[in-house]
Amino acid sequence: MDIFLILAESARSAVGPVAAIYALAAIGLNMHFGYTGLLNFGQVGFMLVGAYGVGISVAVFELPLLVGFLVGLACAVVLALLLGIPTLRLRADYLAITTIAAAEVLRLVYRAGFAEPLTKGVYGLQNLSGEFRTWNVFFDPGERYGFGAFSFSGNHMWLMAVTWGLVALTALLTWLLIHSPWGRVVRGIREDEEAVRSLGKNAFAYKMQALVLGGLIGALAGSMMAVHQGAIQPDQFKPQVTFFLWVILLLGGAGRVLGPIVGSMAFWFLMSFTDGFLRGLGREGYLPFLSGPDYGAIQLAFVGVMLVLLIVFRPQGLIGDRKEMLVNVK
Amino acid sequence: MSSDEMDASGAGAVVDRMAGAVPEPGSAKSDPILVADGVRRSFGGLTAVDVGHLEVQRGTITALIGPNGAGKSTLFNLLTGFDRVDGGRWSFEGRSVNGRPGHRVARAGMVRTFQLTKALTRMTVLDNMLLGAQGQVGERMAGAFLRPVWGRQEKANTVRAMELLERFKLVDKRQDMAGSLSGGQRKLLEMARALMTDPSMIMLDEPMAGVNPALVQSLLHHITSLRDEGKTVLFVEHDMDVIMGISDWIVVLAQGQVIAEGSPSDIRSNQQVIDAYLGVQEVGDEVRGSGDE
Ligand SMILES: Nc1ncnc2c1ncn2[C@@H]1O[C@H](COP(=O)(O)OP(=O)(O)OP(=O)(O)O)[C@@H](O)[C@H]1O
Ligand SMILES: [Mg+2]
Repeated sequence: MDIFLILAESARSAVGPVAAIYALAAIGLNMHFGYTGLLNFGQVGFMLVGAYGVGISVAVFELPLLVGFLVGLACAVVLALLLGIPTLRLRADYLAITTIAAAEVLRLVYRAGFAEPLTKGVYGLQNLSGEFRTWNVFFDPGERYGFGAFSFSGNHMWLMAVTWGLVALTALLTWLLIHSPWGRVVRGIREDEEAVRSLGKNAFAYKMQALVLGGLIGALAGSMMAVHQGAIQPDQFKPQVTFFLWVILLLGGAGRVLGPIVGSMAFWFLMSFTDGFLRGLGREGYLPFLSGPDYGAIQLAFVGVMLVLLIVFRPQGLIGDRKEMLVNVK
Repeated sequence: MSSDEMDASGAGAVVDRMAGAVPEPGSAKSDPILVADGVRRSFGGLTAVDVGHLEVQRGTITALIGPNGAGKSTLFNLLTGFDRVDGGRWSFEGRSVNGRPGHRVARAGMVRTFQLTKALTRMTVLDNMLLGAQGQVGERMAGAFLRPVWGRQEKANTVRAMELLERFKLVDKRQDMAGSLSGGQRKLLEMARALMTDPSMIMLDEPMAGVNPALVQSLLHHITSLRDEGKTVLFVEHDMDVIMGISDWIVVLAQGQVIAEGSPSDIRSNQQVIDAYLGVQEVGDEVRGSGDE
């Protein structure tokens, strides 16, 4: 077993397109939960509408990719309004229940028979990355960039450049907003909504804005996912994705601008590392009682262990604010 | 200040401010800032509030008293849009505000604090204060990106916040998280924060609960100076010394109804009030025994 190869592979995952896409979606979730205190357990739903915005526009209607992005973003606004209008006036848990259910319902609708003309049902949509690759004037698709095992194809480089660029852009946007009076109101809502209302702020409107904004960022992540994979199926958008996003957010540090980014890189590094390590052990015959598919289960168990350790030893996340965490909340 | 002056700001001036209002439930005031009619709220079978008619005189300190569970906090919640009434109308500064959500009532100038203090714990004391400032450009999502514009407002607001924090002895704590404050300090912060909105009427739900006696004196001083600046103060309190000491007018609530109104001396001698307090076993002889504690 070559530990250096595994480490190089893990480092590749940490900076790769998937980490960037999850970082982006987690930035949206950070706007929801980290700053505004909204319990969104259905961020994957926003990713789904973003991905299918691109998928349906490009594969079914043969529209330009940019239109696909816009359709995805528009769907995210509609979804946020549908989720928020009935629930944001109620207690926080209503949004939680509604989002988790809505995301699952969306997945089931997109894979259902009646939606097949648009979504192609369980088989999903293909050939989605063509146009994106034609925009690439910076990297040679035939070339590999990097050194040894830590290298990427030109197409991946291009995708990473754009996705990490979006990550940087949305992180900057978050920073600007949070360090403004708008951000102060939103953080106030996270602490105590009634107090903020008693000071003349329309808490509902702010929560709605935050929900839409975080949803838009989630949809953007979904659109990039469609472009990255070139093909999408409804069943990739299971609740597990939202669960990963929460782990990422808590791992990095909720309510920190860089939290989701650090969290996503660390998460995918560890995921890739455990995978490589288990496979390595398996190949060397140390795991005779396990077969290939079991590795995935162990990997997920490992995520759970990681979460438990995190909560015990570093509840504020990797870069969270310990001072904020230690404050006696009630 | 000589004792003569003290007297002048006491009983003598009281009559003036109330302009001879009759000491009876639902009595009319010469210049009411708040007028409520038939405000009702029940929880299941229990009628928590059922106020026939209530007027609050502008520019006075009015105390709302009553035994535990009399409906004082509920009435606050109703009037300020934090709870929904079952019936009734009320107007603030001549404009109807019933049915308006809490933030719009606050913007109209009627700002309240909470009995269970609501400090925004994971924000600094100064941020808590700045949240109270009204009309901030930077609080709009688009305005948030116009730092030069809101930066100027922010500076002016910070100056004002610091003045208030100074008054409330919290200025040294300005960079601390509000959650690190003591219970009494949180009460002070909440009151200072409410004042930051520059309200025309401030409604305080037990502002002195848990505040040390020395500070109570200075708080009382602030409250009277607020009135002297022309603001109206409506406050709920259980400490009879405090109530009798600074109120221009007292409204007594029992089982959701206004059972008596009047100046401190009217209330002190009102048999119905004494009965109301004695009628509720837990509070015992709060009215008569307040001085002994
Ligand atoms: N949300 C609620 N649900 C059910 N009953 C309530 C609710 N809020 C208040 N009540 C009831 O309404 C009555 C009035 O309560 P309220 O809090 O207004 O009393 P209060 O006068 O403020 O008392 P205290 O002096 O103890 O603060 C009480 O009997 C209380 O049990
Ligand atoms: Mg009360």
